[in-house]
Amino acid sequence: MSAASNAPNRWAPLLLSLPSLALYSLMVLLPLGLTALLSFQQYDADLGVKGGFTLASYAHVLGDSYYYEIFFRTGWVAGLTTLLCVLIGAPEAYILSRMGSPWRSIFLLVILAPLLVSVVVRAFGWSLLLGPNGIVNQMLEAVGIGRTRLLYTSTAVVVALVHVMLPFMVIPVWTSLQKLDPMVENAALSLGASRWTVMRRVVLPQVTPGVLSGSLIVFGLSASALAIPGLLGGRRLKMVATVIYDEYLHELNWPLGAAIAIALLGINLAVMLSYNAVLEGSYKRKMG
Amino acid sequence: MNRLSPFALGFHTLVTVFMLAPLVIVCLVAFTPENTLSVPWGHYSLRWFHAVFEHADLMQSFWNSLGVASIAATLAVLLAVPAGLAIARHEFRGRNALNGLLLSPLIVPHLVLGVALLRLFALFGARGSSLWLTLAHVVVITPYALRLVIAALSGLDRSVEQAAMSLGASRWTVFRRITLPLMLPGITGGWMLAFINSFDEVTMSIFITSPQTVTLPVRMYMIATESIDPMMAAASALMVAVTAIAMIVLDRLYGLDKILVGQH
Repeated sequence: MSAASNAPNRWAPLLLSLPSLALYSLMVLLPLGLTALLSFQQYDADLGVKGGFTLASYAHVLGDSYYYEIFFRTGWVAGLTTLLCVLIGAPEAYILSRMGSPWRSIFLLVILAPLLVSVVVRAFGWSLLLGPNGIVNQMLEAVGIGRTRLLYTSTAVVVALVHVMLPFMVIPVWTSLQKLDPMVENAALSLGASRWTVMRRVVLPQVTPGVLSGSLIVFGLSASALAIPGLLGGRRLKMVATVIYDEYLHELNWPLGAAIAIALLGINLAVMLSYNAVLEGSYKRKMG
Repeated sequence: MNRLSPFALGFHTLVTVFMLAPLVIVCLVAFTPENTLSVPWGHYSLRWFHAVFEHADLMQSFWNSLGVASIAATLAVLLAVPAGLAIARHEFRGRNALNGLLLSPLIVPHLVLGVALLRLFALFGARGSSLWLTLAHVVVITPYALRLVIAALSGLDRSVEQAAMSLGASRWTVFRRITLPLMLPGITGGWMLAFINSFDEVTMSIFITSPQTVTLPVRMYMIATESIDPMMAAASALMVAVTAIAMIVLDRLYGLDKILVGQH
């Protein structure tokens, strides 16, 4: 490229990205910064946010076992959801990738399309299925287990979260399977490897990065999900997201809500970054 | 040829049933003639759909959602096309940072964005403004449009542009007559995907809507936390229908599997 054609290019990227840069600075960076500040401000039950600098909100969260319980519950619900998504999503993605031509894209759509339906609608669907007279309870009764309270329990929250998150696991695993030539599996089989060995030595190494990045997305989204625990967990089964919601919109203790929100964001980012570091580390080992 | 084992097919059937069950049950219950949440066996009625159309708050929220989603999706595309050009076509300092910032709403939980924007709007005195609500939607849906724009640009054969340039076309003419038309499937796909995501968004919106600007999913969330009746099923069935129509259009325009899986 000559200097003449390069010259107008120097400012082009800045001009092209300026509108989005301005909007994102104003509506992502600034509000997140303000929220971080807010979490250090004083709160008075009568006067509201008073300014100043205090660690009271963080001390309040750290000093109360109520919040430990909620963070712990959110952690295991998100962890269990992630585990179930791996156990269901990874084999399902493998089965899909081994299907014949018309069925593969049809079922891929069936599995992924619920992603585009509002989470409120899906939560409502699960509350119908899991309700006291719902189909699941009728089936449990027919089998002889008897009716069980499912709605407004952590079981309901986990089931619905798995439903919402499964596409986020299937997509990355499916993508990493696209790079696997079925001929490699056939070659291993024809050389006398058992199906189990082929799975363990050929398929598993190929899908591991997909499973890891899927787990990351699923964990992050489950830990911060609001509508599912709000609708299926009921009033008593609190999770981090529903507590933040209550602090902001019912208790009106914004600094406390901000402190919990910042803690949630921090944990989310920490999980993502450490996962990324592990992922990159294992890639580097493979490459060199 | 790998045949799937009966065990694999059984597993696949269970997963398919699991994924479809909540949507199917919602659509079935919507047609119940009863006052309770029951699956209609043999008797169908449209009474709960009538109830939805006569529910002033729900209809108001539906129009709010439609307005917010269509304006926000349009603005998102208007931001994503130039930003996508900058990221896909130019090498510059801060390119990765820009890309990271524009995709950050996919990583920062919508919940956290919601409370952060609530604080910002409270300081601005902008709570309850549809304009600011729409801009907040633009922020969370632009990443979807951006991804499709970048995908469209990287799949584009640049020799056509170079040919036009060498024949004396100006940069603007090349963009308007060649680049833009070639990007069009990606842009329309991005618009639809942005529209659907805005129309469905609940977690952020719940914090920044006021009684006048409440969007449909937020209104449904609020109704569902108070009471559940078959009208909710009818409203949900209508949302499934809107999404299904948008999906069919999207599939015809761009190929839904390409959008969802992100292959290009």
